[in-house]
Amino acid sequence: MITAERKPLEEIIAYVRPFDRILLVGCNECVTVCAAGGRKEVGILSSALQMAFLKQGKNLQVKEHTLERQCDPEYVEELSSMIDGADAVLSMACGCGVQEVARRYRDKPVFPAVNTTFMGASERQGVWAERCQGCGDCLLGITGGICPIARCSKQLLNGPCGGSTHGKCEISPDVDCAWQLIWDRLKALGLENRYEEIIPAKDWRTGRGGGPRKIIREDLAE
Amino acid sequence: MKPFEPVIVAFCCHYCAYTAADMAGSQRRCYPPNVRIVRVPCSGKVDTIHILKAFEKGADGIYVAGCLDGDCHFKNGNIRASRRVASVKGLLDEIGIGGERLEMVKISAGMGDRFADIAEQMTEKIRKLGPNPIHAARTAA
Repeated sequence: MITAERKPLEEIIAYVRPFDRILLVGCNECVTVCAAGGRKEVGILSSALQMAFLKQGKNLQVKEHTLERQCDPEYVEELSSMIDGADAVLSMACGCGVQEVARRYRDKPVFPAVNTTFMGASERQGVWAERCQGCGDCLLGITGGICPIARCSKQLLNGPCGGSTHGKCEISPDVDCAWQLIWDRLKALGLENRYEEIIPAKDWRTGRGGGPRKIIREDLAE
Repeated sequence: MKPFEPVIVAFCCHYCAYTAADMAGSQRRCYPPNVRIVRVPCSGKVDTIHILKAFEKGADGIYVAGCLDGDCHFKNGNIRASRRVASVKGLLDEIGIGGERLEMVKISAGMGDRFADIAEQMTEKIRKLGPNPIHAARTAA
C-alpha cells in the first residue's frame, strides 16, 4: 500500500488560514489502512482544526467527506455536489488523490494534509516499512522475494557491501541488511547457486530515470 | 463573577474505575461534582475523537481511567489507552489546548479512595489551569 503521515498541524493551519469554508476529503484506500487519512482521521483533523481556529477567534466551517478512492475520477466526481460550498479543499489522500482532485476542480485551491511517504507493508500493528520503489523491472524473482532496490540503502544489485554487520545495515542497527536477508532466504530455499550469478547493471529507464511514467492498456483504454 | 468551576469528563472502564466510583460512594467518600463519568466497556475503547469532541463541547479537563497494569479484562486495552492518551496529549499541544488537560490513570475496582483522590487532584489541577481556551473563545465570540 501507499503509506502516509499527517503533516504537522501548524503547516495545515497555514494552508487553510485564508479560507472560511473547507472541504476535508479522506480516502478509503491505502491511507485508511495506514491510519493517516481515512474517515477516522478526517474526523480527528476536522475537530482539531476547528478548535485551533476557534482559539484564534475564527469559526472555520469544515465539511467532511471520505471517498471510496481519491485517485479515480469516478469517485472524485462525487465531490461536485459539495465543491461549491467550499473555498478550498484539504485532502488527506496520498499525492495521487490530491492531484486528481486538483485536476478535476481547477478553480479550487487544493492542499495536502498528509506527507505521502512510501510503498510499504505492515510489519506489525502500527508499524509500516518500505518494500517497493516501483522500479518498473521487478527483481524479486531472482532475489528470493526480497527487494534490494527498496531495502538496500545503496540499492546494490550484487551485495552485500562492507557495511553489513551481523545482518544489519551500517546506516542503523535497526535496519536489516537486505543482502543478508536475500542470502538467508536463498539458502533456506536451497538456491545458493543463484547468488553466484552476477546481476547486470539495471536499466533505470523503467523507473524514474525515464521521466514520468504511464501505463496504457490497449485492451482497456478508450 | 462566579469562581471558575471546571467541567471534567472521566472516561471510566466498566471493570475497574466505574466500579471504584461505586465503591467511593459505598464508602461515603465525597468527591467533586465537577467530574462527569462516562462509562466505557474498556479504557481501550476511548478513541482520539471521543476526547477531542469532549474538549470541543466544552470540557476543561479529561481523564481516561483504566485497570491496573496486567488487569485489563481484554488483556491490553489499558496499555493501548495509555499510548493513545500520550499521542492525543501531543495533538492537544498542537491545537493549543494543552496536553496537561488530559491524563491517563489506573485504578482497580476496589480503590474507592483512589478514585475520589484522583477526582479531587484532577479538579484542583484544572481549576489552576483555568478554562479550556476553546470554550472561552467560543463564549467570547
